[in-house]
Amino acid sequence: MCDECGCAAGSGDTHVHDEQGIIARHRTNPQSVEVLTGILRQNDHEAAHNREHFDRHDILAINLMSSPGSGKTSLLEATIDALGDRYRIGVIEGDLETENDANRIRAKGVPAMQITTGQTCHLDARMVHDALHGLDLEAIDILFIENVGNLVCPAGFDLGQHANVTLLSVTEGDDKPAKYPVIFRISDLVLLSKADLLPVLDDFSPEQAEKHVRALANPADVLALSARRIETLVPWLEWLENMVVARNAKALLAVDALAPS
Amino acid sequence: MHELTICHSLLREAERIAKQHERKAVTALTIAIGPLSGVEAPLLERAFSIARTNTAAEFATLEIENLPVVVWCEDCALASTVRANALLCVQCGNWKVTLKSGGELLLKSVVLADAANASTPVF
Repeated sequence: MCDECGCAAGSGDTHVHDEQGIIARHRTNPQSVEVLTGILRQNDHEAAHNREHFDRHDILAINLMSSPGSGKTSLLEATIDALGDRYRIGVIEGDLETENDANRIRAKGVPAMQITTGQTCHLDARMVHDALHGLDLEAIDILFIENVGNLVCPAGFDLGQHANVTLLSVTEGDDKPAKYPVIFRISDLVLLSKADLLPVLDDFSPEQAEKHVRALANPADVLALSARRIETLVPWLEWLENMVVARNAKALLAVDALAPS
Repeated sequence: MHELTICHSLLREAERIAKQHERKAVTALTIAIGPLSGVEAPLLERAFSIARTNTAAEFATLEIENLPVVVWCEDCALASTVRANALLCVQCGNWKVTLKSGGELLLKSVVLADAANASTPVF
């Protein structure tokens, strides 16, 4: 029984009064509330917002991830050389410091926004959203978001991308997917980069790397390539073009669904 | 070390819920995480003790439920508890399984009060 009005609430519970001084309700103090919500709800919300931006402007957005030095920027340079005359490409670069990577991309005549994260080890949806304001989205068909070089933290944050592409350079070890299961499990494509070095490395097996990806219940293609050997890029470029077609088809379906019958 | 970022999100959620219920303080949080969320419980605990300063959860306790990695094999109609880097059916070895548990990063419940030092009830 409560101390104030004799109701069934326990002694010490809080009574809330409205303006007339009438007890509006009792509340238990403290009070347990069931929530069951994603801790990254805010980021997921912002990522969905980014995805709407991309879809409205018919942009395919790719989140490119890897450890530092696996060749993300070199792959982008080679991809721009190969596809630049057929698709309008844009790049968002994430690094702790410097504009170096964005400058390398700009030297190819492609718009690039650099995000310097300071000590933050990953990009999040808000940072990408802010960077989007610096790009002309009407003039982009494919947007690459080059995440901070890190195989741990970027995996946790949806940016609004349509696909995750993760690089694993053949100088790193074919068991990387087993060591970093979180990031390789969510990868839609795994690229074994610097594959021109395979003949001189006797301890990297592309088959083993693929086996480790499968052990994450991940059906993603695992493609070996080298940014220095243009002919090895063909499967990657085909994958990319298929993604453009798939995204456009999905966008058309969405438009059809909205159109009056 | 993205656990600090995760903590800021967690605390923002808790404060939002407290505000919704017109309560001033959060005295306890219970979360559930799976190994495939990429979040380490001990790091999260340490980050939480730093991140909660000057928030409505300044004196809150954090309880972490660690969830197992469980995959479902359609062929065997079998659920297996497995390691985070071996998402395979324990019976047939198939990798074409569905993840049923292990990727969670969930705020399960909060305890709200009108003062940060209110004692936590036993439910």
